[in-house]
Amino acid sequence: MKELNTDILVVGGGPAGLSAAAEAAGIGANVLIAEGDLHLGGQLVKQSHKFFGSKDEFAGTRGFEIARLLRDEIARCGDRVKTMLNTTITGYYPDENVVTAMIGEEEYIRVRPKKMVVASGAQERLIPFPNNDIPGVYGAGAVQTLMNVYGVVPGKKVLMIGAGNIGLIVSYQLMQAGVEVTAILEAMPRIGGYWVHAAKVRRLGVPILLRHSIGRALGDNFVTGALINELDEKFNPTGSPEHVECDTICLAVGLTPSNELLWQAGCKMKYVPFLCGHVPLRDKNMRTSNAGVWMAGDVCGIEEASAAMIEGRIAGMSAAASLGFKVSDDNFEKYRLRLKNLRAGEVGEKIRIGVSDVTVDGWEANS
Amino acid sequence: MDLISSHPVLNFEHRAKVSFCFDGKEMEGFEGEPIAMALHANGVKIYRYTPERKRPRGFFCAIGKCSSCFMVVDGVPNVRTCVTPLKRGMKVETQSGRGAIKLFPGEGA
Ligand SMILES: Cc1cc2nc3c(=O)[nH]c(=O)nc-3n(C[C@H](O)[C@H](O)[C@H](O)COP(=O)(O)OP(=O)(O)OC[C@H]3O[C@@H](n4cnc5c(N)ncnc54)[C@H](O)[C@@H]3O)c2cc1C
Repeated sequence: MKELNTDILVVGGGPAGLSAAAEAAGIGANVLIAEGDLHLGGQLVKQSHKFFGSKDEFAGTRGFEIARLLRDEIARCGDRVKTMLNTTITGYYPDENVVTAMIGEEEYIRVRPKKMVVASGAQERLIPFPNNDIPGVYGAGAVQTLMNVYGVVPGKKVLMIGAGNIGLIVSYQLMQAGVEVTAILEAMPRIGGYWVHAAKVRRLGVPILLRHSIGRALGDNFVTGALINELDEKFNPTGSPEHVECDTICLAVGLTPSNELLWQAGCKMKYVPFLCGHVPLRDKNMRTSNAGVWMAGDVCGIEEASAAMIEGRIAGMSAAASLGFKVSDDNFEKYRLRLKNLRAGEVGEKIRIGVSDVTVDGWEANS
Repeated sequence: MDLISSHPVLNFEHRAKVSFCFDGKEMEGFEGEPIAMALHANGVKIYRYTPERKRPRGFFCAIGKCSSCFMVVDGVPNVRTCVTPLKRGMKVETQSGRGAIKLFPGEGA
């Protein structure tokens, strides 16, 4: 089996991974980015809307354009950063410090990194209802990939489940692509996403049905409709179900960290509801309890691209510094301050509580 | 192919259009783009049937994580079609059950 060596292996080429790679290479480390998909940029490549956040983190710029800026930054690193696309990291063997990578579907290689930054992002949640496995029930990210990355019409009539930011944004994007959105269902008594996103879809006449959920997908071979229900205070269906015509049911019911490698690496983990799943404990430099492993982005708690990029920069610098490359403390302070500002205020409260729950002062056995 | 004809924000750049074979039928798709996208654009929604209850499965996560879009591609089963690039002349088949792996070169699937 072919074997590769590198100073730092970055798992995942989304905003977190690309920022980590750029930063580590910027101070001299050799970096290998393994990305399972066919392009760099992660979730950003499918975001056609202008981002919120702070100016430092490209607020006001469209997601796919931020991805391009990060790819340009990687290109400027020259030979220091090698990228392997369609290459999925499938396993980590802590005893030998060996990582296995699958290129395409059939070729396997071994990677021996001195240090590793895990930036594998998140995956979508599924909710239980009869027939939720038939074709036509798609994750919101998948619908975005079809229409925003490859220009394929995802369906004719879409029923959206979830009125958080993702459900609202994807509904709007569907209409931009010329697709009808029948309704947006939300189990909670209020809209979870930002008001501006909700206002945009309401203006286009899409009903947002609060206290409603899907009871069943209809169809034998693929979706031909859905039964929806109003919910009572205990979230139980009430009244008789209503029939909705649709050929696509889009689930925007949240994400959960893709943390498999961090489990394999033996990182100390904790279930934190505000971060949407099991996440590793970390020090202020994004290092896990495994002294050779750092993390950044959605994999350590579902948040935003803006935070993912800063975490990536901190993780990349810290991993490179552990190999002896020089970083000034000011740089760490600068990024930590940016992260703090990003999480300030009411919208950042849950993240602040979640992150403080898993942040440790330092790792005794490390360094 | 069912493609988005005009978009207020995005421009879609595609590589060459190539033909491939799905369950014996000739179809067209864009080279280098995931097989699943080409199938979807051609109106194909069922990609496999589950081993036990023979339930139809199709596209779902599109990031190579969920196993829903496994198909037999050029004789290889369990190919994640959402992250496998389309090539000219590929033979794509609906997968039934777990698929059979060729243990030795030349062995039938
Ligand atoms: C509809 C929508 C709207 C959003 N709007 C905003 C917004 O306005 N502002 C904002 O800041 N954020 C927004 N976000 C969130 C933002 O996109 C994510 O928080 C961000 O992309 C997380 O970055 P990441 O690098 O951690 O993960 P990702 O972007 O998910 O990247 C992870 C990468 O890792 C790869 N990968 C995973 N596992 C492996 C493996 N084992 N081997 C190799 N590669 C692997 C994946 O293929 C992927 O490319 C939005 C998200 C969505 C879905």
